[in-house]
Amino acid sequence: MSSTRMGDARETILARVREALRLPAPPPHLQSPALDPAPTGSLPVLPLEAARPWLPDGGDSPEESRRILGENLARLKAELHHVADAAAAAAFLADLARGRNWKRVATHGHPLVATAAATLACDTERVDAGPFDKDALEACDAGVTSCEVLVAQTGSVLVSSATCGGRALSVLPHVHVVVATADQVVPTLGDALHAVRERHAGRLPSMLSFITGPSRTGDIERILVLGAHGPKELIVLLVG
Amino acid sequence: MRIDLFIPCFVDQMAPRVGMAVASVLERLGHTCEFRPAQTCCGQPSFNAGYWDEARAVAIRTVGVFAGTEAVVGPSGSCVAMLRVFYPQLLAGTPHETAALDLAARTFEFGEFLVKKLGVTDVGARFPHRVTYHDGCHGLRELRVKEEPRMLLKAVRDLELVECDEPESCCGFGGLFSVKYPMISTAMAEVKGGSLARTDCDYIVSSDPSCQLQLDGWLSRQGKKPRTIHLAEVLAGTDA
Amino acid sequence: MTPLPTGSATHPGTDIAAPRLAKKKFLHDAAEHVRDTGHRAFVRKALGGYYTTRDAQKARYRDYEQARDAASLAKWSAVNRLDELLPRFAENFTANGGQVHWARDAAEAREIVLGLLRGARAKAVIKSKCMTSEEIHLNQAMEADGYGVVESDLGEFIQQLRGEPPYHFVFPCMHVRRDEISDLFQKHLGSPPTSEPEELTMIARRHMRRLYVEADVGITGANFLVAETGQISITENEGNARLTAGLPRVHIAIAGIEKVVDRLDDLAVLLPMLATAGTGQPLTCYNTLYSGPRRAGECDGPEEMHVVLLDNRRTEILADPEQRDSLHCIRCGACLNVCPIFKNVGGFTYGTTYQGPIGSVITPHLRGLADWNHLSGASSLCGACTDACPVRIDIHHHLLHNRRNAARTAPGRFERLGHRLFVAAASRPWLFAAGGWWFRKSLGLLKALRPPLLKAWLATRDLPPAPPHSFRSQWRRR
Repeated sequence: MSSTRMGDARETILARVREALRLPAPPPHLQSPALDPAPTGSLPVLPLEAARPWLPDGGDSPEESRRILGENLARLKAELHHVADAAAAAAFLADLARGRNWKRVATHGHPLVATAAATLACDTERVDAGPFDKDALEACDAGVTSCEVLVAQTGSVLVSSATCGGRALSVLPHVHVVVATADQVVPTLGDALHAVRERHAGRLPSMLSFITGPSRTGDIERILVLGAHGPKELIVLLVG
Repeated sequence: MRIDLFIPCFVDQMAPRVGMAVASVLERLGHTCEFRPAQTCCGQPSFNAGYWDEARAVAIRTVGVFAGTEAVVGPSGSCVAMLRVFYPQLLAGTPHETAALDLAARTFEFGEFLVKKLGVTDVGARFPHRVTYHDGCHGLRELRVKEEPRMLLKAVRDLELVECDEPESCCGFGGLFSVKYPMISTAMAEVKGGSLARTDCDYIVSSDPSCQLQLDGWLSRQGKKPRTIHLAEVLAGTDA
Repeated sequence: MTPLPTGSATHPGTDIAAPRLAKKKFLHDAAEHVRDTGHRAFVRKALGGYYTTRDAQKARYRDYEQARDAASLAKWSAVNRLDELLPRFAENFTANGGQVHWARDAAEAREIVLGLLRGARAKAVIKSKCMTSEEIHLNQAMEADGYGVVESDLGEFIQQLRGEPPYHFVFPCMHVRRDEISDLFQKHLGSPPTSEPEELTMIARRHMRRLYVEADVGITGANFLVAETGQISITENEGNARLTAGLPRVHIAIAGIEKVVDRLDDLAVLLPMLATAGTGQPLTCYNTLYSGPRRAGECDGPEEMHVVLLDNRRTEILADPEQRDSLHCIRCGACLNVCPIFKNVGGFTYGTTYQGPIGSVITPHLRGLADWNHLSGASSLCGACTDACPVRIDIHHHLLHNRRNAARTAPGRFERLGHRLFVAAASRPWLFAAGGWWFRKSLGLLKALRPPLLKAWLATRDLPPAPPHSFRSQWRRR
């Protein structure tokens, strides 16, 4: 495709859009008086803060948020384990690997993850130590990652390509283990988005993924099956 | 209160007993009922078929017929929705818009009128039968009438109210839809009629004679037991 | 085993060569489908659990109705500022290192994607669920050019093997029984027969794993395009889109222009609403934002990322202020799940890419009102769809609007005459009453003669005898 035709397409579409929008649409049918379109004639724009009290609760205190997170993870059929410190996380992970007879576990170079994986008896594979082999990663029994934050409201783990071992580590191996600290729990999705923007000021990672429970499908007769293409299990170790 | 009866054309010709029952209940409660013989059809068949210009002529006429009334009460959620919800849309931007909005504000569906406007739930009726209630879609979703008929039924002496397993499903009538797409309409009657019949009730109570036509038509053809009865007929029943 | 069949997932109904036949075919297929009571019961049962899970999740909102307002408003303010937000998205996505392509219509979109495949010297292509690719018939075009392509979403994969388009745009193979899937996998993948959904899912999982690793190009759709940050958002449950966008060298996303939202924060409302309305989940399993190709310092990800922005007559809907809100659609599928028409005629009867109530609203715009208005007629206007819509699209009233527009632009001559006569009578109470009297008196005769519309009624339903007197005459004599 030549660049001229391309430019034409862009201009044609934008011209159609501008032409179409010359007639204003009626205001949306809303129920809440708080959301009435601004009388000034400017278009209504909703601050997220206005919607916050209507969405599912994420807790008003760290304790409450952690409780809600636990309830949500249980409903999602994900595991949550509280461990006292990084050493306890390492012991837990080593036990898990022995118990499941894991041959090979993939990790990345995050301090907490490195400590937690340090005492693993099986082989480990670092995805961020030079170019990695996709086949080797696919063959791993589990992937251990850090996370950006945990979201109480939805029971989600937010991972990013920048800080959590790239794109594949959290989704290709059969089990996904997340190691996080208790202070990484945020109440809502809005708080999570706010946190990553603050952390990566101005330059967001190329991938941000809210992981909400282990991979699942209902495609066959609408019957729930875990582990469709991503991990069959999601295990969260909360340190502290 | 002086109440003007809005008797849909179908009730006028095919179910006059429903209109009489409405008057009998309202008069028993000490109100005066009037019937303006100039009323004909609300124009919904043409409106729903897309012939809005034709329907508009009838709408203008009907708005005129009911000019100067205190309250207009009809025994059909569907036809009341036409006056209350669709007339203002149909007449928007015409000289009749204000009159249409005015009429909409004082037009009520029968059960809704008793509960919301007159504040009555016990009308002193007795009906010694097991019944279920069928929500007509226009009443349910255009007028948002759901609890009112149930409140009224629960106050009827010796009446047992049970819910079916498809309470919010459409019976498939849909006006001309029932004869333009008869196979789909009948399939819908099978689902809703089947669900209603499974409650093992003596009567299916409805606030819409058009739904009654559809459900009775199908139930009768299938040789299934329950028949429909209009809410007003149930409420008109007393010991006397 | 054998490579996938490349035949195309085109149902005879999806791209009718002679569109004039669309209505005829609809009526025929609907009649055929409703006779299959076993199938209808199967579909109803499959959707039966939806209400329970959805309502349980709705109850976790502190105010679901107001959350709907918020979602509706987010989409309203984006769609009505598309002129400003679309270029902003393109600019920001380009700044992130991605490439934007604009497609006026389906042919242009196909050409763009094929060009990218040629440029990437693609050998194997993997796809995750993407309804816009169904809309533009991308798979057939890729196969015609010799590219093997595999649908990775389990439901889409099953449909690809069956040579059918999706039956439901969120649950593509919800009409297929497990034994049929077992047979299909046995035939194409050489797997042993099983009646366990779990085992069937694992067969597909094992089959697909190699394909993710080997594919050079991954094609996805996009649920939202965030103008503020130049990110695309993909909602899924299986992890196949994560793998499709994570492993291959090149990632191509195809999205309708109406997918743009203003700010990243809007997703804090839209993502949960999409999941709750669609499947009753708090959030689907993976909600992933991609801002471009792999960044310096990241250990994996594609070298190139492309977004194809598709118009394909969406601007026609945009130009109709009354129905502009149908572009708010986030394709959650809630309106299909609750629709009695969908549940009784099935997904294929529509003959459209987008089935169900929202499909009946937008297809006449995308493919011509004259040929597709029958979809607006095929509704009792019960409004269950509008109640279920998380972004408050006035769906069932738009069916009325389509009917009105069709009656205006191409009225049925006899139909219009009929309505005019009816209105003429309704304007004269004496004539209307006389007509009513005549109707009551001749109803018995009419039932015996069975004129067309009455015949349609009487084929499956009885009609009670007319009462001797009308209400007005009883009232007069009171």
